[in-house]
Amino acid sequence: LLSVKTESKALSPLALRVVAECPVTKARACDLTLPHCAVSTPVFMPVGTQGTLKGITVDQLEGLGCQICLGNTYHLGMRPGPDLIEKANGLHGFMNWKRNLLTDSGGFQMVSLVELSEVTEEGVKFKSPYDGKEILLSPEKSISIQNSLGSDIMMQLDDVVSSTVSGPRVEEAMHRSIRWLDRCIAANKNSDKQNLFAIIQGGLNAELRKVCLDEMTQRDVPGFAIGGLSGGEEKNDFWRMVTLSTDHLPREKPRYLMGVGYAVDLVVCVALGCDMFDCVFPTRTARFGSALVPWGSLQVKQKQYAKDFQPIDPECQCHTCKKHSRAYLHALFKSDTAAMHHITVHNIAYQLSLMRSVRRSIVEGCFPEFIRTFMKRLFPSRDLYPGWAVDALASVNVTLE
Amino acid sequence: MAGSRMKLELSRVVQGRGRLGVLKELGKTGQCSLEVPGCLLHTHLGTVPHLTQETLRTLSNLPSVTQVTLSNIAEHQEVLEEFKDGVTKFAGLHDTVLYCSLHDPATPCPTGYTTNKTVSVWGSGGRIELTVAKFMALQKTVQPDWYQSMADGETWLNNTSRKRVRKSVDRTLAHLDECLLVHQQSQELEGVEVFGVVEGGDILEERVRSSRETAKRPVAGFCLDGLQTGSMDQALRTQLITAVTKELPEDKPRLLQGVGRPDEVLACVEAGVDLFESFFPFQVTERGCALSFSFDISLDPELAVLELDEERGTSGETQQNGDLNPDDQSLMTSFEINLKDQRYKDDFRPLVEGCVCYCCQNHQRAYLHHLLVTNELLAGVLLMIHNTAHYHAFFSALREALANDKLDVLKTRVLGESGGRQKDLTDTDKSE
Repeated sequence: LLSVKTESKALSPLALRVVAECPVTKARACDLTLPHCAVSTPVFMPVGTQGTLKGITVDQLEGLGCQICLGNTYHLGMRPGPDLIEKANGLHGFMNWKRNLLTDSGGFQMVSLVELSEVTEEGVKFKSPYDGKEILLSPEKSISIQNSLGSDIMMQLDDVVSSTVSGPRVEEAMHRSIRWLDRCIAANKNSDKQNLFAIIQGGLNAELRKVCLDEMTQRDVPGFAIGGLSGGEEKNDFWRMVTLSTDHLPREKPRYLMGVGYAVDLVVCVALGCDMFDCVFPTRTARFGSALVPWGSLQVKQKQYAKDFQPIDPECQCHTCKKHSRAYLHALFKSDTAAMHHITVHNIAYQLSLMRSVRRSIVEGCFPEFIRTFMKRLFPSRDLYPGWAVDALASVNVTLE
Repeated sequence: MAGSRMKLELSRVVQGRGRLGVLKELGKTGQCSLEVPGCLLHTHLGTVPHLTQETLRTLSNLPSVTQVTLSNIAEHQEVLEEFKDGVTKFAGLHDTVLYCSLHDPATPCPTGYTTNKTVSVWGSGGRIELTVAKFMALQKTVQPDWYQSMADGETWLNNTSRKRVRKSVDRTLAHLDECLLVHQQSQELEGVEVFGVVEGGDILEERVRSSRETAKRPVAGFCLDGLQTGSMDQALRTQLITAVTKELPEDKPRLLQGVGRPDEVLACVEAGVDLFESFFPFQVTERGCALSFSFDISLDPELAVLELDEERGTSGETQQNGDLNPDDQSLMTSFEINLKDQRYKDDFRPLVEGCVCYCCQNHQRAYLHHLLVTNELLAGVLLMIHNTAHYHAFFSALREALANDKLDVLKTRVLGESGGRQKDLTDTDKSE
């Protein structure tokens, strides 16, 4: 059995090397090797829902240092559909992205976007918003689409339940997710090229989470996601489930916290042991003129910036900040879509730069100091620090003055 | 002092066949030049629509003159006054010559608001009325290298009365004289050049009068206004431009406003126009289309005709060129392909075979189709890159054709037998 395991490791499309571990918190800095290129973690993955990152070309995305981004199975499965994408040499070929792609299973969109007909053991039945036809998204179907997309990391189809729901439905969904994981593993035609991640469920119930963790970690998957969170639940419950999960996930496999992207959340959850993150927030908020900065955010469209001739962040190295002033961007929002693209570029640069700094501080052994400096910059005073963040950081031995 | 530092050096002038040359000593430093026939780089406040400087830089051989318009700028007067360093710096541009026009040629504006003393532009917050004083105050904050003088060009609607046309000529001359007066007294406008604007609607005598009178003023060149796409058919436009250019000095450039379609450009070059505004690629982009017409004159003419037939197939539609609705600039032309069409869903070729733009080098029609169907922002970016590259390459080919006596070959290539007629966006013709 041992020799079979090592053999399969050699063929594995994923390898994780822990480069540094923070001696104070649970943070790690790792080198994640995936089929298209290496990824340095902790990593933030921008979301390119429909096979495009909202007005940014793949060259620009590469130039920003992005090593992995997301595509959505639900959206792409609808339009243009898996057959066409397969003809185009997978999603990589279709959008001409040479680095890594992660696709989610479509499960979350089932809950958040679509008129749900029914969730059964078979899968999720829903009505297509484009032609009203009833479609069944089963674990097999989701994996089949993701196989056609050819992503480097695929997510299992999970039975998604909102984090604000409690009671027996949560338990049912957790157990079903385990069964669906097994079906996904069986359905994966490309296990030598595509990595299938499990998604830990269990809502905000520690017992259920533990059961899920115990079960899913017995499956031979290359990575784990922490799901069912980041959906409007109390932050105090949120961080406790994150840290519980990382406590029981194997050290040598990546931990992906889904749907997390606010700066504070990223830094805290790195401290709690997470390696990978995704969120639409930075790119979505950019289109509304909201620029992310170390001291919070800057609403470029507001009147106060009309005559502000500084760049968004004088210390930011992105093209937007090197070339343009807040005043120009403010004015440009009234005449051209390029204004949105400028902010999108900046926000991605901000997120990636933040993660690079986080990683560097872990490697250099000064992550706790980094956290303190980061929090001081972001919040004008100590009493404005979010309580949950203070508690979460305290739980991993970081006290904020 | 207004006048002319820019120099038009013509290398070829053939009556009825156009002029070829270089417009030199442009810009305050006098270092820039622009080949003619050529076009200016159309922008919104200094930004080529949809493009950041990063994506713009994937394009080479762009015009050295950037066009901005008061319709985008007027509402920012206060900001620019505080900024003090002009629009070029405000927009983060370098090494470009800045030309400031009154209206945005891509967006026709409402009529009926012009008075004897004012014209209006429409910004994001609504109408802004300009007197000559305000117009000139704006020029001082914009700090262009050259600008068109304030003009009343509201003669492009059907049934504009003779009286109204005459008024537009009179007003425009009066505005020009006032502008020049202020200009000469303004130190801030030292070294900046002014173009006079020729009006006259569709009335030959008024056109001649306007040209003669404008030519008497110390301007660096001439804008031809009120002739935009949709205002009249090309035959009349050619007739009027021919008459106008007869009255204008040979050694000063003629800039035609509001005309950008390839067939119209060719005809107007033959009539004596030197410069155009490059808003057409933007309009094509906005309707989800890609410029695809050929302007390759290096082919064997016989081969070219065969290829042409193959490309166009039996399109069958015979729509009039003449009765165009100027308000409906969304009508597709025969110079472009409509990428939203189902036929491109699984077409994995580049937009145009052989095109070296970033879009054609990196993406396929099927991908553009997907982006358009899903309403993704990247569609605009990629299409704008391609359409801009294609359009400016067309102008390059035009200059080459003029230099080598191949204008007829170019015309056949570009116009084919159809002569560039319009078609519906839902057109499912069998060409392509």
